[in-house]
Amino acid sequence: MLKRLDIVAVALILGLAIGCKKEAATNIEVTEPLAESPTDTTVPAPPRPIKVYTNDTVTVNAYEFDNGLDYYLNQKNDTTYVVNFWATWCVPCVQELPHFEKINAKYKENKVKVILVSLDMAKMIDTKLLPFINQKQIKSQVLLLRDPDADSWIPKVDSTWSGAIPATVIYNKDMRKFYERSFTYDELEKEISNFK
Amino acid sequence: MKTIKFLAMFLAIGALAAFKADVPAAGYKVGDIAADFSLKNVDGKKVSLKDIKNAKGYIVVFTCNHCPYAQAYEDRVVALDKKYKALGYPVVAINPNNPEKQKEDSFAKMQERAKEKKFAFPYLLDDGQKVYPLYGATKTPHVYVLEKTAKGNVVKYIGAIDDNYEDATLVKQKYVEAAVDALLKGKEVSVKETKAIGCSIKA
Repeated sequence: MLKRLDIVAVALILGLAIGCKKEAATNIEVTEPLAESPTDTTVPAPPRPIKVYTNDTVTVNAYEFDNGLDYYLNQKNDTTYVVNFWATWCVPCVQELPHFEKINAKYKENKVKVILVSLDMAKMIDTKLLPFINQKQIKSQVLLLRDPDADSWIPKVDSTWSGAIPATVIYNKDMRKFYERSFTYDELEKEISNFK
Repeated sequence: MKTIKFLAMFLAIGALAAFKADVPAAGYKVGDIAADFSLKNVDGKKVSLKDIKNAKGYIVVFTCNHCPYAQAYEDRVVALDKKYKALGYPVVAINPNNPEKQKEDSFAKMQERAKEKKFAFPYLLDDGQKVYPLYGATKTPHVYVLEKTAKGNVVKYIGAIDDNYEDATLVKQKYVEAAVDALLKGKEVSVKETKAIGCSIKA
């Protein structure tokens, strides 16, 4: 059911994005609220992207931080989220991506979800980011953070973050940790095991 | 007994590692006195802050060749130097990366880049990666505005150049310019510290 709603939502957004292609991304307005389960009013609906980037095979939603990415850093359910900040041009980020992919695949049934937050610049999305996701067959969810006023949101991710990437937040409803560093697979798996 | 010792050592190392992770990186805070250095410039000569004549202070920029964020700011760094060198606040750029880890940041490539972009300011290699940890730089670009005083070079601003790395035309706040403008008027810098995304330094 959820999957179907997602598809409907994406289709709606896509349709809107295509419809408004000539206008600025921020002009996309969704008048109807996204479908929400009527029995579960405590869970807020996912935010609407400011823009949807797509080619033939890959679709990536772009968000600003407030009323956008912050949702994905503050979900309160029984899943442990591993949120990695990266970019295609960041060598150490790309080196550790396979570890995040492996975690996402291996722990899918164990309520661990990886979210890859790309910080690629606007001009690199069509030429670098989308082809990269396609080529590397990235299975984890990829979001794009398009919010150039970084000083406004870096401290909201973590007060100790200097802004260097790679950086990772691991959290669930009870616990949260921030890492301004690279991981080997074993290090990452060990950190996640502390969240059980 | 041996195992216990071993375990204790293991625990101690673990504790140390945990400790290290929880403490913010060392380095200068606003108000600290920044150390001078002697680093090799792209022209082959060593440069120290004290050698720069008529300086009232310095705009020290940790930057490099390879990082797209650093590249996005190159023209703006050139413009900062052009505007503020005459007013007593020249740019001093330092590449903190280890060229063995990041080939594009080799000394030869730095020379090429400086020529290409017509850098009119020193572009220094932090050979051995000794200066950036003193300052506490973690990424490129990472700016320190220093004011030259009788006590030494006082750190007055740490952080980003402005609030939009993507598009210079959409910038609302020019943090470095505002800091230097305030210092030139003998006023307090109002925004003393900002955070920005950057490429982690490859030591």
